[in-house]
Amino acid sequence: MAEAMLDVRVWRGAGDGAFRTYAVPRRANQTVLDVVSWIQRHLDPTLSYRFACRVGMCGSCAMSVNGVPRWTCRTHIAKVAAEGALTVAPLRNLPVIKDLAVDMAPFFAKWARARGQFDPRSGLGSEFARVPPASPERAAADAGIECIGCAVCYSACDVVAWMPEYLGPAALNRAWTLINDTRDGGRKPRLAAVAGDAGCHACHGQEGCRKHCPKSLDPSGAIAGLKRMSALAALKGEI
Amino acid sequence: MNNPRGETLLWLAQRASAAVLAICVVVHLGTMIHAVRGGLTAAEILGRVRGQAGWEMFYWVFVVAVAIHAPLGLRTIARELSGWRGPTLEAATALAAFLLALFGSRAVTGLVG
Ligand code: SF4
Ligand code: SF4
Ligand code: FES
Repeated sequence: MAEAMLDVRVWRGAGDGAFRTYAVPRRANQTVLDVVSWIQRHLDPTLSYRFACRVGMCGSCAMSVNGVPRWTCRTHIAKVAAEGALTVAPLRNLPVIKDLAVDMAPFFAKWARARGQFDPRSGLGSEFARVPPASPERAAADAGIECIGCAVCYSACDVVAWMPEYLGPAALNRAWTLINDTRDGGRKPRLAAVAGDAGCHACHGQEGCRKHCPKSLDPSGAIAGLKRMSALAALKGEI
Repeated sequence: MNNPRGETLLWLAQRASAAVLAICVVVHLGTMIHAVRGGLTAAEILGRVRGQAGWEMFYWVFVVAVAIHAPLGLRTIARELSGWRGPTLEAATALAAFLLALFGSRAVTGLVG
């Protein structure tokens, strides 16, 4: 019996590259990352792409799969290419370096612009700061903390595509997580950083980010929280 | 990124005016459909609302809400689709608001006059 094959189109080159087609044998439990790795190992060693953990923790393997941004190490072929046709391209909304590898620098620069770094409040002391697991504050911070920085949401967001300076769902989700962290002291400057003309108020709230986030996080909900909190702060004259 | 306070207050203004508009549009359309189905002519409708302080107030509120809401929406769209920013965009937004208020006020005075 002839081996079942996949017909795989892969983006090659930088932004002005083109798709090339490869035939890859179909395997049980095969992921999109397995397919890309197979091409690199057996057909073309010059194919560039990123991965590290292969178990959905590091956030480095995201690509556009049949037009949809996904983490490729945990995306099964059976789910996305049941018919045997697969198109793999670099993530949208980020500059392509080569083939499937995009430049993540602008993405993380926006985390920094949204003040995504922990800013310990004064008076924390030298003991461990206790945040009771059952407290509402902890639950609010927990909601977004599992972000793996994969940029899937960022690639899915149309507002990022239209307005390249928009901070985007991941950076805003990070800002909201820190705002809900009772150990953090940077709430006001962080609110001011995310409420400007390329910040939370630019979000349309249609939840493309939430729909595609592989960790099932809700950046749009986080952004709604930022909108509410910044509105209160603006009315009180705090930002 | 500039002016977090201003951007936030404009966002609030657009949200608040949207809430007002939602009510205004329902009342306006509902009344209109009701009146027309009741067989009233334009002249008869004008005759009924003329000098009615309640209707006058209602339409002033409507006009103000439109003059706030629509220019802010256009401003957002312009920024998203063309990258237009800065003082010229703010001036164009203000101009749109002024024109809407002007035309709206003419309509209200024409109606209840
Ligand atoms: S909800 Fe907001 S951040 Fe999420 S995809 Fe839509 S516009 Fe982008
Ligand atoms: S919010 Fe979700 S989709 Fe966005 S970077 Fe984090 S894990 Fe990835
Ligand atoms: S390789 Fe680490 S998340 Fe996919």
